[in-house]
Amino acid sequence: MASDISKLGLDVKWQDLTLGCTIVGSCTAEEFDTGEWRVDTPKFIKEKCKQCLLCAPVCPDSAIPVENGKRLEFDLKHCKGCGICVKACPFDAIIMFKGVK
Amino acid sequence: MAIRDRLSGNEAVANAMRQINPDVMAAYPITPSTEIPQYFTTFVSNGQVDTEFIPVESEHSAMSACIGSEAAGARTITATSSCGLALMWEVLNVAASDRLPICVALVNRALSGPININCDHSDAMGARNTGWIQVFSENNQEAYDNMVMAYRIAEHPSVMTPIMVCQDGFITSHAVENIELLEDKVVKDFVGEYEPEHYLLKDNESIAYGPYAVTNYVMEARRAQLEGLRNAKQVALDVAREFEQISGRSYGLFEEYRLEDADFAMVIIGSAAGTAKDTVDLLRDKGIKAGILKIRLFRPFPAEEIAEALKGVKYLAIMDRCEDFNGNCGPLGAEVRSALYNKNYFPKTINYCYGLGGRDVTVDSLTSVFDDLRKIEETGEVGDVYRYLSVRE
Repeated sequence: MASDISKLGLDVKWQDLTLGCTIVGSCTAEEFDTGEWRVDTPKFIKEKCKQCLLCAPVCPDSAIPVENGKRLEFDLKHCKGCGICVKACPFDAIIMFKGVK
Repeated sequence: MAIRDRLSGNEAVANAMRQINPDVMAAYPITPSTEIPQYFTTFVSNGQVDTEFIPVESEHSAMSACIGSEAAGARTITATSSCGLALMWEVLNVAASDRLPICVALVNRALSGPININCDHSDAMGARNTGWIQVFSENNQEAYDNMVMAYRIAEHPSVMTPIMVCQDGFITSHAVENIELLEDKVVKDFVGEYEPEHYLLKDNESIAYGPYAVTNYVMEARRAQLEGLRNAKQVALDVAREFEQISGRSYGLFEEYRLEDADFAMVIIGSAAGTAKDTVDLLRDKGIKAGILKIRLFRPFPAEEIAEALKGVKYLAIMDRCEDFNGNCGPLGAEVRSALYNKNYFPKTINYCYGLGGRDVTVDSLTSVFDDLRKIEETGEVGDVYRYLSVRE
């Protein structure tokens, strides 16, 4: 009865839920598309970014991936659009758009 | 070879549990079910079972321990009555929604208050909508047989829903009757091993039980849970057919007693059905076409089958051993009427509250119910549709 967690999106039918909504496997939060709960969406303006990295640690959903000391594009599969990063950025390198993008 | 014995209902159920040899029992004593864990712990101490017994500090803890244990992959059992079941109420819902096929031996007793230790069905009826399968027993033999069949129904892959095996407090739990037990090996082979697909202690697999569901999932989760409960109806029939092959005793969703051509019928649950059958025999001797429908499977409620079985009945009495405090009728009264309405069968129907707190149910008192039905036939007037039987007024 356990099904692929990545299929448990907002459109899942009752027939496709796991038995008792059990979740088989660990570290499954990463596979689960919680980004679809988002109301507003941030946009990363690369040209303005100084890579100060103040934004990444304040993100409650670890949705700002950092590689080799540099932040990358938003992980919109997990970003809830809270906008905390916008407030943290000193260089206006993040702006918010209304709606799910 | 069947073993002839004489046992109380509690002994019979404890012996069925011994033969099932569950992995875990978590239980807290409450009259009149106390004897079941009491007998069972003797089996544990004597090494007759491999069961881990968990003594707990309350029934809420008992059911919570059952949930943890069943989720871990262990076949788990408990027993309770009355306020013990009421204290489990919160977690009964969790056991059902987590789809954990736990078994409760419920010995029916009045809920407080006034505080009382004797039989009625207010405990089981209070938990009737928690998502559990509910099976009721008329006598000690049925309590034993239903317990032997319980896990086969609950653990069926299409069901995976907890089950409550009910018998009447003191009336069957403490009364000693002749009984036919199956051999240990026959029961063991019939029940089989519990092999869930996923469980907490499974090697090389992690699993989370009871996760939070946001608004978007709850309706789908409930609908999926309903399907499992509904599937128990067919599985209960299939298991009963197999059980008949090892025992010679046949069970359905309910029992029809002289109902085939009955004009006057009574729907009843539990030990009072035995008295009702005697009543019907006496009425039949007088040429009155009376019959009984005794509920075995109450949850899921076999509405269509019950309506079909009652379709020829002209005058119907529905007997509730419980005051539901909805101001209108008893729980069985509501369900049977709704089942008949949906099928366009409209016998003249009255609903009784009877036998509360161990109030005697006799051939005389049940005859008076059929007298009331015959009065409706004579006068054409149904009168009060919800009545109390044997109440002083």
